[in-house]
Amino acid sequence: MMSTATAADWVAHAYRVAHGVRRRVLEHTIANNGGYLSQACSSAEILATLYTRVMRLGPSVAPMVPLAFPGVPGPDNPRAFTGSGYNGPHRPDLDRFYLSPAHYALVLYATLIEVGRMAPEGLAQFNRDGSTVEMIGAEHSPGMEVTTGSLAQGLSQALGVALARHLKGERGRTWVFMSDGEFQEGQTWEAFEVLAHHRIPGVGVYVDVNRQQCDGRMADVLDIGDLRAKLRAFGADVHEVDGHDVERLARTAEGWDGHRPLVVLAMTNPCQGIDRLREREPKYHYVRFRDDAERQAYRALLDAMQEEG
Amino acid sequence: MEILTRVHAKNLVAWARTRPEVVVLSADLTSSTEVDLFRDTYPDRFFSMGMTEQNMLSMAGGLAREGFYPFVHTFAVFIYRRALDQLAMSVAYPNLPVRLFGFLPGILTPGGATHQAIEDVAVVRALPNMTVLETGDATDVESVLDVAQAVPGPVYVRTLRGEIPRLFPQTEPMQLGQARVLSEGDDMLLVTSGICTEEALRLVPLLRRRGLSVGHLHVTTLKPMRDPTVVEAAARARLGVITMENHTVVGGLGSAVAELLTEQGVAKRIVRLGLRDTFAHGASPRHLMREYGIDAMALAAAVERLTGERFGIREEELAAVRIEVASPESKAEAL
Repeated sequence: MMSTATAADWVAHAYRVAHGVRRRVLEHTIANNGGYLSQACSSAEILATLYTRVMRLGPSVAPMVPLAFPGVPGPDNPRAFTGSGYNGPHRPDLDRFYLSPAHYALVLYATLIEVGRMAPEGLAQFNRDGSTVEMIGAEHSPGMEVTTGSLAQGLSQALGVALARHLKGERGRTWVFMSDGEFQEGQTWEAFEVLAHHRIPGVGVYVDVNRQQCDGRMADVLDIGDLRAKLRAFGADVHEVDGHDVERLARTAEGWDGHRPLVVLAMTNPCQGIDRLREREPKYHYVRFRDDAERQAYRALLDAMQEEG
Repeated sequence: MEILTRVHAKNLVAWARTRPEVVVLSADLTSSTEVDLFRDTYPDRFFSMGMTEQNMLSMAGGLAREGFYPFVHTFAVFIYRRALDQLAMSVAYPNLPVRLFGFLPGILTPGGATHQAIEDVAVVRALPNMTVLETGDATDVESVLDVAQAVPGPVYVRTLRGEIPRLFPQTEPMQLGQARVLSEGDDMLLVTSGICTEEALRLVPLLRRRGLSVGHLHVTTLKPMRDPTVVEAAARARLGVITMENHTVVGGLGSAVAELLTEQGVAKRIVRLGLRDTFAHGASPRHLMREYGIDAMALAAAVERLTGERFGIREEELAAVRIEVASPESKAEAL
C-alpha cells in the first residue's frame, strides 16, 4: 500500500485529470457547436482512474501531436498504423486498453492530454478532414488499437487479444471500457459466455452506467433490468461503485486476482460537473446548442471551470 | 474418378503439424466442418466457441492481431449472414490474416434457405481486403490451405466436405488467381467453379465429339478476379462465354467474369448460369441442381442457346461419361 501522503496526491491528481477532461470536452463542444459532452461528464473519473492508477502502461511511444490519417489498412498500404502507442509499448508484462464505445473518443483524447500522453495541440485536429483524431475514433485514432465504432465489438476483439497473450504466456492484463447501452447487444453476452467458459484471465471491464442512450433514458428505450445480477449469472466478478469516486473505482481493481472477469459497474451521472445539461433530459447523447444564447451560457460555464483550474 | 472422404479433416491435421501459430475456432459444428480430428489431435489449439458467431469473428480478429492465424470453421451462412458486421469491422477492415472456412456453399445442404449460402460470394467479395476462394475437388481442398496462408489479409474459402471427387492431379495444386485450363477451344468458353466444374466435365467431351470446340476453365480465385487466362480464353471464344456457379447469378463468378471482360474490352456475350436471383429450399443437392439449372443438362441447354445449334445431349450419355483426373496428358489430348 502507498503511504497516506502519496495516496492523497494520487487522488487529487486523478480528480484534476477528470476536471480537465470535462473542461476540454466542453471547450470543444462549444468550438464545434456540438459534441459528446454528456459522455465526458459521466466517464471522466473512470478514464482518469484507469490512466492514473489502474492500468500498468509504459510511457507513450506515439508522437505527442498525432500523425495525419495514413489511409485504411490494406494490402497496398504498409503505412497504416494503430493509435495504441499512446497507451505505451506492447510488452508481455504491460496492460492493454480498449475503448469499446468509440464515440467516447473525444473523452479519451482529452484524457490522454491530461495525463501527458498527447499534446493539447493534438485536439485542434479533432474532426478535421485528414486527421486521425476522429469524432468517432477508429484503430488509427490516439489511444485506440481496434475499430469499435459498431458497438459491442470491442469486448470480443479484446478477448481475442487476451486469449492470444495468454497462449503466449504474457501476464499483462486487458482493460475494456464499455457503455451500459452495449449490454443491449447480443454480442456482449456471447463474449461473456466465452470469457467464462474459456477462463481467459486478466480481463477487466469498466462500464459507464449512465443509463442513457441515443434515443433517451435506457429505461424508456429498452430497459436492461438488473445488470449486476445478469453479469453475475454470466460468471463475472461484479462490483457496483460510485463512478465519480476515483478511490472506489481504483480499489475494486486492486483486490482482483485476475482469475474471473472483473466488471466494475461505475454508476454515473450524465450531467456530473455540468449541471446545466440536466435541462436536456432525456436527450443527452449528442449535445448541439439550440441558439447563441445557450452557447454563451456554456461559455460562461467553461470560463468558470477554467478559473477552477 | 477417385472419391475421397473427409479430405479437409485429415489434411488440416497434417498441414498444421508444423504450424503452431494456426488455431481453430469452431461454432458448435465441429464434426460438420471436419475439425473434430484437429480438436482431438491439437486440443490446445482448438477453441470451442459454441453458437457465438459474432463474438467468434471479432475474437478471431483479436487473435490475428497478436500473431495467431485463426482458422474459423462453421457453415458458410453463419459467417457472412450472422456476423457480417463483425467480419467487416473486426477482420476485413484491419486486413487481418483470418482464414474463414465456409462449409455447405450454395445448394449443397438439404437444410433449406437458412443453411444455404447462395449469395456469400457476392457479399464477401464486396468487402474490401477480402480474398475469396472456392474449392471444386479434393486437390483444391488439400491445396487451398497453402494458397490461403500465403495471403497476408483475410481469406474466405467455400469448402467441400464429406465425399469429394479428385478431378485434378494431386501434383497440380491450386494457384492463387489462376484458373485451371481443363480444355481449350475457339467456339465458346465455359467458366465454372466449385461443384459445377464436375458437371461441365461430363458435358465437354460430348460437345467436342459433336464438333464444338469448347474451352473450359475452372476458377478457384473469385476475388481478386484479374486472371489473364480468363481474358485470353474469352477473347478466343467466337460465340461467347457461359459461366456456371453454385450461387445466385448476382455478384458471384458470372458477375466477376463479366466485370473483368468488360474492363478488358472483351466484348463477348456472357450467359450466366446459377440461381436466378432466388432463394432455394430443402432438398437433395442433385434435385436442387436440376431445379435451379446448375447441372450438366442445364449447361447443355445453355450451350444450345448460345450457339444456336442443337446437340441433342441425352441424360444417359452424361451419366456414362467417365471423368478421368485431368492429368497433363489428357490436357494435351484436349488441345
